[in-house]
Amino acid sequence: MSTVMNRYEMVVGLEVHVQLLTRTKAFCSCDASYGAAPNANTCPVCLALPGALPVLNEEAVRLAVRAALALGCTINETSIFARKNYFYPDLPKGYQISQFDRPLAEHGRLDIEMTSNGTPVTVRITRVHMEEDAGKSIHDRYPGATAIDLNRSGVPLIEIVSEPDMRSAREAGAYLRALKQVIEYTGVSNANMEEGSLRVDANVSARLRGQTALGTKTEVKNMNSFSGVERALEVEFARQCEVLAAGGTVHQQTMLWDANRGEVRPARSKEQSHDYRYFPEPDLPPLVFARAWIDRMRTELPELPVAKQRRFAADYKLTPAEIEVLTADSPLAVYFEEVMRSGADAKAAANWVIRDVRQLLNDGALLATLRVRPPALAQLLAMVRDGTVSHAAATRIFAIVAESGDAPVEVARREGLLQERDLDALTGWVDQVLAENPDEAARFRAGEKKLLGVLVGQVMKLSKGRADPKAVNQLLSARAAAGE
Amino acid sequence: MADVDAGPNGLNCILWTDEARALADAAAVDALPQAGALAGIPFVAKDNIATTHLQTTCGSRILQGYVSPYEATVITRLRDAGAVLVGKTNCDEFAMGSSNENSAYGPVLNPIDRTRVPGGSSGGSAASVAAGIVRIALGSETGGSVRQPASYCGIVGVKPTYGRVSRFGLVAFASSLDQIGVFGTTVDDAALALEVIAGRDSRDATSADCPVDAYRNSRTNDLAGVVIGRPREYFPSSLDPRILRLCDEALDRLRARGATVRDVSLPHTDLAIPVYYIIAPAEASSNLARFDGVRYGLRIEAKGLREMYDSTRTLGFGPEVTRRILLGTYVLSAGYYDAYYRKAQQVRTLIAKDFRDVFDSGVHLLFTPTTPSTAFEFGAKSDPYEMYLNDIFTATANLAGVPAISVPIGDVDGLPAGGQLIARHFDEQMMFRGAYALEAERKAPA
Repeated sequence: MSTVMNRYEMVVGLEVHVQLLTRTKAFCSCDASYGAAPNANTCPVCLALPGALPVLNEEAVRLAVRAALALGCTINETSIFARKNYFYPDLPKGYQISQFDRPLAEHGRLDIEMTSNGTPVTVRITRVHMEEDAGKSIHDRYPGATAIDLNRSGVPLIEIVSEPDMRSAREAGAYLRALKQVIEYTGVSNANMEEGSLRVDANVSARLRGQTALGTKTEVKNMNSFSGVERALEVEFARQCEVLAAGGTVHQQTMLWDANRGEVRPARSKEQSHDYRYFPEPDLPPLVFARAWIDRMRTELPELPVAKQRRFAADYKLTPAEIEVLTADSPLAVYFEEVMRSGADAKAAANWVIRDVRQLLNDGALLATLRVRPPALAQLLAMVRDGTVSHAAATRIFAIVAESGDAPVEVARREGLLQERDLDALTGWVDQVLAENPDEAARFRAGEKKLLGVLVGQVMKLSKGRADPKAVNQLLSARAAAGE
Repeated sequence: MADVDAGPNGLNCILWTDEARALADAAAVDALPQAGALAGIPFVAKDNIATTHLQTTCGSRILQGYVSPYEATVITRLRDAGAVLVGKTNCDEFAMGSSNENSAYGPVLNPIDRTRVPGGSSGGSAASVAAGIVRIALGSETGGSVRQPASYCGIVGVKPTYGRVSRFGLVAFASSLDQIGVFGTTVDDAALALEVIAGRDSRDATSADCPVDAYRNSRTNDLAGVVIGRPREYFPSSLDPRILRLCDEALDRLRARGATVRDVSLPHTDLAIPVYYIIAPAEASSNLARFDGVRYGLRIEAKGLREMYDSTRTLGFGPEVTRRILLGTYVLSAGYYDAYYRKAQQVRTLIAKDFRDVFDSGVHLLFTPTTPSTAFEFGAKSDPYEMYLNDIFTATANLAGVPAISVPIGDVDGLPAGGQLIARHFDEQMMFRGAYALEAERKAPA
């Protein structure tokens, strides 16, 4: 099979739905947050009671425009809402308010750098449009019946449609991670796939390598993680290759990913090929933006991931791997740069943030309330650099600061962790170690150089880490040279 | 109310009432220290306007028993002015019809002649006013559903500018055409009621933020300097000569008040009915999708979801509603959208431009007959297309969004006929000025 697959190229375009972080729903003032009792966050508008009308949430528009600008899109000065008509019990109006032939924004692009294999890729964004979410059908709560929860009905979404510019499952995964990063940087969404605030549908087709025409695509749905998207694409691509290699034709259809079985299967025909009968939503006036407002929104964008990555490379001379970790989310990058502003060395700061700070975050701490503030970390790094504390001691100090929030220099003094460089003290420890280990001492004096490390370690142990290892090293080497 | 409305020979104009509630509301109004503009005045509202104590069924089986948990903006505004809601009125199902024969609750009889229709779709509201039950009533317009029954029942009916009155709480038929309108025994009643309900509502994104004039100040009965256009397309050679004569007399009376009458043309008028019967059903097919048996109203249980939808909607909707849903679904379908819906929208802009052009040429008001005939007998128009032609002089104002009023201009064989005055967008002031003058000069009916 793999040789067959090598003859084909995967072509992928993605449709990503992102829930906007508004307090209220898109067209009514109901709470848009998760977790309420079923149907608690509903009103005549999102229940589609007779006579109710939608009124657009301006904050949703602001966030949608912000996301579209961050994706390099051109905002249409006039866009219109449209009704997408279909019957489903959790779609109370019998239509979804969406946008169709005049979307909010078009012609964007997302540059993906720092992928693990290092190749930069640009994915063109076809369009970004606004729409509302449907409710939720719950099939396993009441035997023989379906329950409907309309808390999610009317929650604002944007749909981000890409061009078929990805050529592998890995590129698709990289695109999704880069997209999620942009969304998080701009603060328009939590973009959490497990919670459903980011959803992905994939269009995938296969064609013989070297061909330029697109093959017939299928739409793959029902993935609930980025790695699930990648696996689903591989499986569906393999299926298509098999069909094509056997001389068959791929049918345009919707495939559902089954993560447990690692399989795709065709959706029931009812779930396919709707005629949605789109037409302009008469209850909402066109969305019209002043050019000046769009320009102001653009200037309010934060530094975006790719720009930040390029700047980190130029300013701090860090490795791509380090930059990828540091810019993975905006708060960590901000933290790192605050450490830098307090006068730290870039390499050391990167190491400590990547290893020690992230360990605290992995253990459940939050960056915003972290007790090790950036200036404290910078102070600690300075102490390591000038030899005031050892690296080992610094790790202990960091842990104590993380608990107490005290200044590192205070902690070092209080805990007796300041490095000992007094010659008498050092000589005392060295003498004691040589006296307590006569055998090793003798061999060392006889020229067995490899024992140096063992003896230095013994001195460090005896001094409880306070001895300056460089000085101990020198002292011991001098003894060996003198044959003492 | 019960005397004229109920019983085998009753008008059947009112569907739902709650006498105790109405009396309590009236007592509460009496107890207020300051009287509102409509203190203690009873009114009725068409059954497609949401009310919290009386059912809102839209004249349909599918909503039988449905009571809205919220109230339409217009009802709140009338009640805040002291008016007392005394009933919900019969209408063509979901406001689709011109005769009130399409109600699931039986037809309304015309109080002038009980063998004839009151017009529609707001026939119950029109009949309630014409029978003297109330002085003001709320109706709704999509293609003439207030003006046509006003004309057939010999009363005043107003369709305001699109956006003048909040649609919040009006059960949608065709959202881009729908507008709540008012009936009055006189122009003054209608002016007062409209003044109360008009104005921006934050719950309707299509309601306009446009100052509401004191319409009753238009009662100058002086039309000096006013230019009235007589659009030739509304006076075809096929027009009933008796209606033509009443119109000519009405124009003479307007001239007597100082108006200048000018022949004008609205060249796309004959396209209004075809355009209307594409756009309105298209929007209706979408607006009526929510009546699916899932959350409220009728549900016919069946073995599966599709079957439940099918049986609920088949039994819940009457034949005219079904016809329009099918028509609307068809014209929006892939492959037909461009030929029908898109084309209709393009023509609609031409119809609106006709009005703009004529008003830009110095004309203040247009005068036309409201309907091509007087009230017809029950069952007289069994062909849907013939029925649709009833809206031929009224649907244009809905398509263009301009305000229009029907004022009685005389009788033909004892049956009332209405004359229509159409004004520029949001110029209800001028519309009422003409209407007051027209009414003042009318000979008292025999």
